[in-house]
Amino acid sequence: MSSLSPAHLSLADLAPGRRGCIVRIDAAADDAFMLRIMELGFVPGQHVRCVKSAPLGDPIEVRIMHYNLCIRKSEAAKIFVETI
Amino acid sequence: MNAAAPAAPTVRPVIVVAGNPNTGKSTVFNALCGTRQRVGNYPGVTVEKKIGLARLPGAGSADVVDLPGLYSLGAVSPDEQIAADVLMGRVPVSEDRRSREAVHRPDLVLFVLDATNLQRNLFLYTQIAELDLPVVVALTMTDLLGGARMNVDVGALKERLGVPVIPVIGRRREHLDNLRAEIAAALEPGCAVTPELTLDFPAPVEAVVGDLRERMNDQGVRLSGFEARNLLLNSRHPLQERIAVTEAGDAILNDVRAKVRALDFNPSSLALARYKWIDGVLAGVEQREKNQAGEGRSSSDFSSRLDGLLTHRIFGLAGFAGVMYLVFQSIYTWATPFMDLIEEVFGSLSGFAGTYLEAAPMLQSLVSDGLIAGVGSVVVFLPQILILFLFIAFLEDSGYLSRAAFLMDRLLGWTGLNGRAFIPMLSSFACAIPGIMAARVMPDPRARLSTILVAPLMSCSARLPVYLLMISAFIEPHFGAGIAALTLFIMYGVGPIVALPFAWFLNRGVLKTPAIPFVLELPPYRWPDPLNVLWRALEAAKKFLMRAGTIIFALSIVIWAMSYFPRPEAVADNIHARYDAMIDAAESESAPVELRDDPESTDFASDNVSIVADLRTERDNAIASAYLEQSYLGRLGKLVQPVFAPLGFDWKISVGILGAFPAREVIIATLGIIYNAGSAVDEESDDLKSRMAAETRPDGTPVYTPLVALTLMIFFALCSQCMSTLATVWRELNDWRWAAFLFVYMTGFAYVAGLAVYQIGRALGYQ
Repeated sequence: MSSLSPAHLSLADLAPGRRGCIVRIDAAADDAFMLRIMELGFVPGQHVRCVKSAPLGDPIEVRIMHYNLCIRKSEAAKIFVETI
Repeated sequence: MNAAAPAAPTVRPVIVVAGNPNTGKSTVFNALCGTRQRVGNYPGVTVEKKIGLARLPGAGSADVVDLPGLYSLGAVSPDEQIAADVLMGRVPVSEDRRSREAVHRPDLVLFVLDATNLQRNLFLYTQIAELDLPVVVALTMTDLLGGARMNVDVGALKERLGVPVIPVIGRRREHLDNLRAEIAAALEPGCAVTPELTLDFPAPVEAVVGDLRERMNDQGVRLSGFEARNLLLNSRHPLQERIAVTEAGDAILNDVRAKVRALDFNPSSLALARYKWIDGVLAGVEQREKNQAGEGRSSSDFSSRLDGLLTHRIFGLAGFAGVMYLVFQSIYTWATPFMDLIEEVFGSLSGFAGTYLEAAPMLQSLVSDGLIAGVGSVVVFLPQILILFLFIAFLEDSGYLSRAAFLMDRLLGWTGLNGRAFIPMLSSFACAIPGIMAARVMPDPRARLSTILVAPLMSCSARLPVYLLMISAFIEPHFGAGIAALTLFIMYGVGPIVALPFAWFLNRGVLKTPAIPFVLELPPYRWPDPLNVLWRALEAAKKFLMRAGTIIFALSIVIWAMSYFPRPEAVADNIHARYDAMIDAAESESAPVELRDDPESTDFASDNVSIVADLRTERDNAIASAYLEQSYLGRLGKLVQPVFAPLGFDWKISVGILGAFPAREVIIATLGIIYNAGSAVDEESDDLKSRMAAETRPDGTPVYTPLVALTLMIFFALCSQCMSTLATVWRELNDWRWAAFLFVYMTGFAYVAGLAVYQIGRALGYQ
């Protein structure tokens, strides 16, 4: 994996309340799930905000394209954002 | 591609209603069709097909098919797959009345668009637009725009999309009239408007797409741009198997995929291209008030504030427990008066049968003890099913269920399931049948399968009477009310404690369920449409009645026959010989009729009258019990008793257990008969309890000790004793072998657990 600039981190590591701009999705071309994630709006350039994590730690709630959804940290780890 | 074919006279036009989940599709559908709707099935899958009839201005009408909500034609669940298949014309939506030919192409797509969530909603629109179908857009949630501090220029939207866009709010007359008018206009031959859009896909990819489509066309396989692009990207995509691919086709696919890989393009560029187009459409059309962070407000501040509470670290879980408690309480408490009413009705029916069929005792028994009692024991659950489904529909439509799945996902994730599985499991605490049906929301078939296979382990309401009987008769007297309550709680806990590890084993070990990604939208909280909620509850209740009713009806006859035949007269004669002498003696001692007016004598007379009546009842109960012992069921009980001996059960308990296999509730009545208390007992009968407590084994020790009671309850908790559940599992999974597996594994668990409990108890010195 190429070295990340300090402002890049995975969505799983984005602190609650912080916003990021998506730079890259790490997914194999035939990863049907990640394709679905992209279809749901997780595309480069899109803003995403971490809202909170579930009381038991997983999954996390994020806000993107004016709607909220929850995603497990293991999947969020494949989405890379630049904090803004 | 040609425009929509004009509606042939023998076929009503078919409209399909498509859109994202949570957009109010069902409300639009209900408003269009009213009560003229029914539920059917798509061939080969258990997804429900909702079809209605819409009356259009100008004396026309159209069939309307409400498709399951989907986020993209690249489906990930069976529900989404069916919706995508219908849209892409791979599944028939109707048939020509005259020629009986299946009609594959819908005449119109009614696309439901949520005004507060345009950006993501339009993604699906861009895909549907590639299918060359006429589209009319119903714009919902426009009344929530104010609360979201946003504005949508409907006219501009209509212009940009190029198709009719009609705001639709609930049941507002003018909106519906507009919608109907636009639909009618769109169905006019030659007037349909097909969306046109140009998407900016990377040119090299588009070249390969074009190549693929051309070559597959030569093979006789027609692919839309959408399908071709998806096939290119994803070799594990469901489309691969569904499109008939020959060896030549396979070679073509491998070739184009290699080309794409050589291009080294980013898969997100396809999604990006669509969203770029959407941004273009929405510029100037959608205006949002920005907050300090520069983002648009959430579509309801109320929602985020409520979530501050409901998904809070502490209050969220407490709130969840509160809601679950409320659901449970309502099922047990509010349902009771209705259940009592049903029991009374069936009791009266039984009485009528008794009177009218007195002349034919066998027929009377069949109808009364077999059919009415059997079917009645299932119908009695109807109020609980209704209440449960009302709650589920309300919680789902309001948006709370996604929050609950969000909270519970961690608890379920380690087993290979996910947060969505908790509703089927929760429902199963009332009754496994709606729980199993509710598993349809799970996208991954293997996770759905394991959910369905462990849901029946949850202690359903039919087990409760057994728990109550055993605990009140044999635990509470020895250990007090506190331990009794704890025992009940533990019995309920047995279900999840066994189910979760077993689910883990099923998923990881047997089914090799892939780690399922879990992504769930958390829609804004909304007031559910009451008619929608009611309709869904009624549909579920109807299903329950029909499924349980047919199987139980058949089985009631079988069980009745096994407990009725053979009926050797000699048995009754013996008992008659014993009792009749006593009854005659008692009767002859009763005072003559004239003395009944004398107060003192009345007591004496009525005493005797009641002695006679008691003797008669005792005699009849003894006869019933003796017949049962002689019957096939009784003999079977004695036959299998050695199997149950290591669990501490005697032959009478074995008969009870055997009789309960088709339906658990039956055991109480069976025990009633065996212990001469009559069949009209319930779990509160002191008569039954005292008789059971008095039962002794050949060596003089009591049959029912707390240990035996506990063993029996644990056996009952885990054993598969519900034909309706097995039938439902069969139907939901389209495979009898899973139902058989369910039966075998649960009964096996029950036996082993019962054995362990009893033997360990004995080893520890208990009786």
